[in-house]
Amino acid sequence: MSLRIYAFAYLIFLYAPILLLPLFAFNDATVIAFPLSGFTTDWFARLAETRALHDAVRNSLFIAVMTALFSTILGVCAARAGAMSHFPGKRGIMGLIMIPLVLPEIIVAVALLVVMVQVLGLGLSNWTIIFAHTLICTPFSVAILNGAFQNLDPAMEEAALDLGETRWSAFRLVILPLVTPGIVSSLLISFTISLDEFIIAFFLTGANPTMPVYIWSLLRFPASVPVVMALGTILVALSVLLLTIAEIFRRRGLARAGVKDTGGFL
Amino acid sequence: MSTLISLRGVQKYYGDYHALRDVDLDIAGGEFFSLLGPSGCGKTTLLRTIAGFEDVSEGTVMLAGKEMRGVAPNLRPTNMVFQSYAIFPHLSVAENVAFGLRRSGKSRDEKARMVDEALDMVGLAGYGARRAHALSGGQRQRVALARALILKPKVLLLDEPLSALDRKMREQMQVELIKLQRNVGITFILVTHDQEEALVMSDRIAVMFEGRIAQVDDPETLYRRPRSRQVASFIGKMNFLDATVKSTGPRIALVVAGLGPVEIDAEQAPGGATPGDTSVGIRPEMLSLVFEGDAPPRKIVSATVDEVVYYGDMTYYDVRIAGVAAPLNIAMKNIIGRPVLEVGAPTQVAWDERALVLV
Repeated sequence: MSLRIYAFAYLIFLYAPILLLPLFAFNDATVIAFPLSGFTTDWFARLAETRALHDAVRNSLFIAVMTALFSTILGVCAARAGAMSHFPGKRGIMGLIMIPLVLPEIIVAVALLVVMVQVLGLGLSNWTIIFAHTLICTPFSVAILNGAFQNLDPAMEEAALDLGETRWSAFRLVILPLVTPGIVSSLLISFTISLDEFIIAFFLTGANPTMPVYIWSLLRFPASVPVVMALGTILVALSVLLLTIAEIFRRRGLARAGVKDTGGFL
Repeated sequence: MSTLISLRGVQKYYGDYHALRDVDLDIAGGEFFSLLGPSGCGKTTLLRTIAGFEDVSEGTVMLAGKEMRGVAPNLRPTNMVFQSYAIFPHLSVAENVAFGLRRSGKSRDEKARMVDEALDMVGLAGYGARRAHALSGGQRQRVALARALILKPKVLLLDEPLSALDRKMREQMQVELIKLQRNVGITFILVTHDQEEALVMSDRIAVMFEGRIAQVDDPETLYRRPRSRQVASFIGKMNFLDATVKSTGPRIALVVAGLGPVEIDAEQAPGGATPGDTSVGIRPEMLSLVFEGDAPPRKIVSATVDEVVYYGDMTYYDVRIAGVAAPLNIAMKNIIGRPVLEVGAPTQVAWDERALVLV
């Protein structure tokens, strides 16, 4: 019983602030305070009219899609190599690939800013952010895809080779279909991470801010806080949706490979 | 029967580990051949060098008269049934079986006909539309067989194909595999650690220990005339007695602990005989206890019952004889009028030097 109370308190602590988002997003007042004054969808309408926001969303979507693609491609390569028998330095390399997962983002951001601007003399653009986001998303992709590749029976590929296929066609006909759920899951998760990443984007953003950076700039004006709440509501809904789809695909992948679920990100 | 597979001086190293040592082997076309040995003896590695998943470090592998070194598995006239069966879970049974026909250039109808034929052959007619993950272990095994046999390979390689099945299913599949092999006439090479399975199914068996082939023979010769103590104790049960060879020749004179001086035929020493200390083996079913009313045996030795294990159709006795430290294991059929002795009872063991084998 006491455990259940504890669990409830824990969940409230975790999710109450997020639940406030939709509450104030539909509240008919510019001040974020109780009591609520009335229901309105004005803030959402304002979102639809704000050109700068649209540009920021477009930037963010472009960055997130590219990041998802790059980090998943890198993840497939790394996980495939990791599932192969053995090569010199395998353990060390696989470990190094995962390090950005625990590296403070601010360090990544500052380091990349210095390298891009001072060392390489490149201008800041969406591509610098894509590069940095790929760096932090790849470990997630590798983690997800490692699971997918390592659950594969190595005899599957050998059976395809034995039945007359080449290495490449065996990969395409047997391995790829079996890890597809993992690939979809990796695409969705890296897309989500990139979409709401702030620190790196803030440091590396050029003339065109990403959506989180734009939201941050809005917060300086008290009048636009409810608009941010509305935008936040949409983002939370979208994130939950994407992560749920990712999890469904991950589980389907496990079922397809016929192995026991040992827990994933969700 | 002509030689289909020929291995000469095959060595396989994994770094420092010497997985295959000086393997020489000839396997005839149409033969049911088994590679038998404990786990880690190199039998699976040997199978995989024939399949092409591993290349030999030294030596030659000839398949149907062609050197196979560097030839990829997809270009070899072999197909494999994997221990895990490796049925593609995203495909139906029919798609699995038809997988190897993708590059055959055959028409759709022709392929469908071949798939039906192959499924029929393994007793799975009508299962084509099923999803692979909805099959039982025995059915997966049959799909794996159909998928490999549809390509009409010269050699079918089977890597412990029955080890995942329960006992009843395993015995049924053993019989079915033998029939199947006779019907298709393809050379089967079976890897197994189960000596009974090898004895039941094979035309010939290669026994392997630590990367080396210890003996290649038909099941009966292997059981009756093991060339070494290692082979003798791996195949079935064997009692070992210390012995000293006194003289060699067409007849070998020796003194056996507990049994006294005997003379045996030279062919009872398949591994050869040299004067000096050695041991002889005798199978539990070649010894018997003497009961009242039995025909008088040629030779007997007094003994005491040490242990009795009653199996219904058989009773297994451990008996002690003077001058031998380890008890002798004796298998007795439970026939009418024959009692089961109790522990400690004095008895007599009938034996015959023709059942001895020098190892």
